[in-house]
Amino acid sequence: MSDVRLLTGGEAVAHAMRQVDPDVVPVYPITPQTPIIQTFAKLVADGQASTEIVNVESEHSAMSAAIGAALAGGRTMSATSSQGLALMAEVVYIAASMRAPIVMALGNRALSGPINIHCDHSDSMLIRDSGVVQLFAENAQEAYDLMVMAPRIAEDPRVLLPVLVCLDGFTITHSAEPVSLLPDDDVTRFVGPYSVPNAVLDTTSPTTQGPFAMPDYYFELRRQQAAALETALDVLEEVALDFERLSGRRNGALEAYRLEDATRALVALGSTAGTIKDVVDELRDEHELAGLLRLVSFRTFPTAAVAAALDECTHVAVLDRADSPGGTPPLHAELAAALYGSDVELTGHVYGLGGRDLHPSDVRAVFTGTPTPYLGLRGERCLV
Amino acid sequence: MADLSTWETLPVAGAVRPGVAPRTLTGGWRTGERPAVDVSLCVNCLLCWLYCPDSAVTLSGETFTGFDLDYCKGCGICADVCPVAAIAMVPE
Repeated sequence: MSDVRLLTGGEAVAHAMRQVDPDVVPVYPITPQTPIIQTFAKLVADGQASTEIVNVESEHSAMSAAIGAALAGGRTMSATSSQGLALMAEVVYIAASMRAPIVMALGNRALSGPINIHCDHSDSMLIRDSGVVQLFAENAQEAYDLMVMAPRIAEDPRVLLPVLVCLDGFTITHSAEPVSLLPDDDVTRFVGPYSVPNAVLDTTSPTTQGPFAMPDYYFELRRQQAAALETALDVLEEVALDFERLSGRRNGALEAYRLEDATRALVALGSTAGTIKDVVDELRDEHELAGLLRLVSFRTFPTAAVAAALDECTHVAVLDRADSPGGTPPLHAELAAALYGSDVELTGHVYGLGGRDLHPSDVRAVFTGTPTPYLGLRGERCLV
Repeated sequence: MADLSTWETLPVAGAVRPGVAPRTLTGGWRTGERPAVDVSLCVNCLLCWLYCPDSAVTLSGETFTGFDLDYCKGCGICADVCPVAAIAMVPE
């Protein structure tokens, strides 16, 4: 029986955490992630989860404690946003290198400065190369689904990496939608028991973990980590298939929306896909061959699947919700690499920084009008 | 480097099992000085053996015999604690 509730994305993530019932959650509050841990803390206080919540003094400490807990043999989750992730960034790299299967919700929020609390993806992109998996939800339902799937991906022996479930700040974290929750027992069975290869509290098989690596080993260990991240893409698809059997919903690495015969396609991450789908539907009603490629998995980047999905398109426009001053924005750069050698016309557009709305008319302009490199920005409109 | 593990054969995240430290010859970290001993002055108090942070003082039974330069990092603690100044740090 499905249990449909009116929940914000933050609450939906908290309910996924309640059902997964992690052993340890070290966490520090920050907007717009706060509703996640606030809701979860209440569920724990009400006896609905048995988690040890560790109220740490900073996000740097949150991730440090999470590494210790995860490697000691406890299933571990956390949540953060923006500056919290920035403070945590040093330790996120270490979590990935120590192959700690931590699951963390990221309420995407613009990095300072200027200081801002609203959504963009600059926080995610700050740790783009840290070696963690990053999955982007489109809405509260998908945030819930990915949070249930994430432990299976993180803890798979072929992966053993942190998995971040990214949900757009406010747009998803604070907006209430009907969310279908799985039965508690189904989630318990789906995630299964927790194990890591070398639990540090296993005194019968002691290990040194996170050892110093000189030039003779550092390179090999980095390659090993990169290989695990490559494999995570296959594991994601396996877990997505299992999850579909359980829920009827498929959350794979990417979603091709009305793309089968599209000549013009947009590529985007996160909640903006909802707006784009509406515009695609309008354009289809007007007999325009428009489509959307929505990426769920930004890391690992599904390069081959992206190239295949866009194979028939003549025009591809990439929407980045993070800029790369002095260079090419991250999603645009990935698409340029994925489509290298094809004769598709590729353009890149930065939008939505610091929570700036992207209107359907902006999206329509990218499909049919004169596209600009910055969507919704005041000032001179320069051509791509 | 040819006899070192590859990225495929290394344990996950480079986890280290007990008993493998002797494989790493840390004596290569010495920067210019090594301990030298005048055995005629040595009173076999074994303070150097007790204080050496790298277990690089060698014994035969309970008798001081010298230094294992495969592991000595040249810190000079042995020379410092020697009560009869039998140990001196000398250029390599």
